[in-house]
Amino acid sequence: MTTPFIALSAILFSIGAIGVLIRRNAIVVFMCVELMLNATNLSLITFARTNGNLEGQVAAFFVMVVAAAEVVVGLAIIMTIFRTRRSASVDDASLLKY
Amino acid sequence: MNTIPTPQIDYFQVAPMLIVLGAAVIGVLAEAILPRRQRYLAQVAISFVGLLSALVMAVFVFKRLDPNSLSPKRGQVVAMGSLAIDGPTLFTWALVLIFGLLALMIFAERHLEGGVLAFAGQAAAMPGTEAEREASSRGLEHTEVFPLLLFAVGGMMMFPASTDMLALFVALEVFSLPLYLLCGLARRRRLLSQEAALKYFLLGAFSSAFFVYGISLVYGFAGSMSYAGIAQAVAGSSDSKVLLYGGLGLMVAGLLFKVGAVPFHNWTPDVYQGAPTAVTAFMAAGTKVAAFVALLRLMYVAFGAIHVNWAPMIWIVAILTMVIGSVVAVAQTDVKRLLAYSSVAHAGFILVGLLGIRALGEVGPQDADGVTAVLFYLTTYGFMTLAAFTIVTLVRDANGEATSMKHWAGLGKKSPLLAGVFAFLLLAMAGLPLTSGFTGKWVVFAAAMSAGAWPLVVVAVLISVVALVFYIRIIVVMFFADSEDNGVSVAIPSPLTSTVIMIGTAVTLALGLIPGPLLDLLSRVGVFIR
Repeated sequence: MTTPFIALSAILFSIGAIGVLIRRNAIVVFMCVELMLNATNLSLITFARTNGNLEGQVAAFFVMVVAAAEVVVGLAIIMTIFRTRRSASVDDASLLKY
Repeated sequence: MNTIPTPQIDYFQVAPMLIVLGAAVIGVLAEAILPRRQRYLAQVAISFVGLLSALVMAVFVFKRLDPNSLSPKRGQVVAMGSLAIDGPTLFTWALVLIFGLLALMIFAERHLEGGVLAFAGQAAAMPGTEAEREASSRGLEHTEVFPLLLFAVGGMMMFPASTDMLALFVALEVFSLPLYLLCGLARRRRLLSQEAALKYFLLGAFSSAFFVYGISLVYGFAGSMSYAGIAQAVAGSSDSKVLLYGGLGLMVAGLLFKVGAVPFHNWTPDVYQGAPTAVTAFMAAGTKVAAFVALLRLMYVAFGAIHVNWAPMIWIVAILTMVIGSVVAVAQTDVKRLLAYSSVAHAGFILVGLLGIRALGEVGPQDADGVTAVLFYLTTYGFMTLAAFTIVTLVRDANGEATSMKHWAGLGKKSPLLAGVFAFLLLAMAGLPLTSGFTGKWVVFAAAMSAGAWPLVVVAVLISVVALVFYIRIIVVMFFADSEDNGVSVAIPSPLTSTVIMIGTAVTLALGLIPGPLLDLLSRVGVFIR
């Protein structure tokens, strides 16, 4: 009976992906990426249950660690952008084009 | 539920990688305990010793790989089935380490900015403020860039060796995170640099979320994270393959993002243009090598049995990448951006080589051909790209590097030598004979032909002609356009930068004239072990 969990993880992943595409604040975009990673964790753990081995659960821990490392780097970059431009909107960061 | 066994790691085999990561950790420690004035020399020394000893160690491991050198299947899977130490891995390690050493030399260049590194004096100080001017007048510099470089190199070594999806994901992040930071650390044009870092980071995080969701779907299908387990499940299972194809698509999207293939290439020009040029040079050469070998290994070792199903997807991506990379490059007016699109086009040519490998179950002689071709192309591409971006750091005006094409007008008169070398590298990228670009394209096309992908080769040859147009355009601008006095001059670098340009150009010329020795070496490298 794991199908509902997989469905839930797919829904959460889609919400995250759509959020990345339509939200304009870099922090919110980044939170949506985190939502996608957490949806992945849910599906990894569900599949670990289905497959009857621990590899999925171990992977979920690694995804959490990587997500934490990503937060450190990401917030540092978003902070510098915000301090120089007084805005964290991804639309304002548009000096590089064509 | 079974228990997790205690891991057994063969430290000798993975020593090159551990040396690099260890040197990076020592670098971080040095940053904390040494006084500011001593850090530059200490960091350069630590990085140099670390990379060089790792390179020596990699050669040593290669020599000890297998006494029976005739067998194509050499090497072994170590670290509980997560890293494969075989011929292609060790060749890639050597390549990444050499690119790391060359990148270290351009990172360490201090002549061009008047005695400081080309990285932000103090990244936390806002551009255009008193704090930034003070950091600049006190001659502050971020020597943290050297440990970051080492971490990226370490990740790039783990990435192509991974034979386990979890190791693959961790390696991907280990080399990506330092690169995100390095992109934002330029000393000049800091707004552009920070913006490049933001774009690279957000898109990179987005793509790795897709990648890891793909991993979870494939794991759901196969019940195993290891490539061997996946290969078994893919070949044997008669279950519904929805999870498999969904997961495969997402994983490939994540990897194609890293190599900058269309339709996942949009970050490439922005990031290559905004990042400090030394970082761009390293990223262009190193990331491509690591990501392509990882992609090859994943596709052929784990998903080789469903080759027929994914090959059409790669066909389309390869054609789109070559066409869009070359056609859009024609319209560029910035040299760094143009080189970025050229690297997108090169990714397309390498994908053609990827299709040259037919690993349908059995390992045949033509498999080795495909791997040989891709590794050869990656070698030639890496050296010429590193040298070309290094030359970009030398053409400067009062505001730092002058990368706009109009600033390059008449460069042939100001510095015939530099313009000549750059023209030679551009012709190599275009693939003219007597350069390594020609031999690289030749072996890749030959491999694809032998695998029966001739329509793709026809497209690739036609696109090479289009690509010639924009490479020639820069040469025309450099040598035949009128040069107004625009304040652009060619800076005289320290021997560090000159050495990188010399090595890159010499290798490009040598592999064009006598490709034999390297091809021989590559044919002894063998194939991916399973």
